[in-house]
Amino acid sequence: MTLATYISWCILPLLGTGMLLTFIRVLRGPSLPDRVVALDLMATFIIATSAVYSIASNQPSYLDAAVVLALITFLGTVAFAYYLHKRGRNA
Amino acid sequence: MRDTVIVLLLFGGTFFAFVAALGVVRMPDIYMRISAASKASTLGTSCILAAVALYFASTAVTGKVVAIIAFTLLTAPVAAHMLGRAAYFSGEPLWEKSTADELGASGAWCDSKSTNQPELPDREKP
Repeated sequence: MTLATYISWCILPLLGTGMLLTFIRVLRGPSLPDRVVALDLMATFIIATSAVYSIASNQPSYLDAAVVLALITFLGTVAFAYYLHKRGRNA
Repeated sequence: MRDTVIVLLLFGGTFFAFVAALGVVRMPDIYMRISAASKASTLGTSCILAAVALYFASTAVTGKVVAIIAFTLLTAPVAAHMLGRAAYFSGEPLWEKSTADELGASGAWCDSKSTNQPELPDREKP
């Protein structure tokens, strides 16, 4: 069993299942902070998936997307937290 | 030998990321969800990226991987802390079996709370 087969039959399905589980929380999260947490975790999953896919396809360029996503996700989460804080309790 | 380490690192990282997803779905409370998501996803991403660095074994890839891991380790706690704080002040209720609420019990922020919050037993002002 080569590494590419192992990745595409064992690792990528696990990551996809995890992303689906997180998407369930995005869909039915009772409040906005729940959805923000779930979206943050989904971005982390996308980083992990593109890193794994760079091994599977022997193409290190996919890591650039992971770098950019790691930078952007933090900004998005901070912006959402700032907005939640500004919005206050009764909105 | 190197392939074995790569396989183990990949499986470990995927396992931790999957546990994070499971925690986000199954935990009863947003604060526990934040905890599960940030801790497990940080470790999972770090393991997977270490496997990538080990696979390519070139300076450019390793530099990128080290940059991603360092940035994740720096920013994930900050983001989790900001989210938990914002969620607390926007009135997210704690799990009903939670026993400690030190931010509410400290009394410093009680003025910013409205009245529709269910009172926890140890949330009185000192």
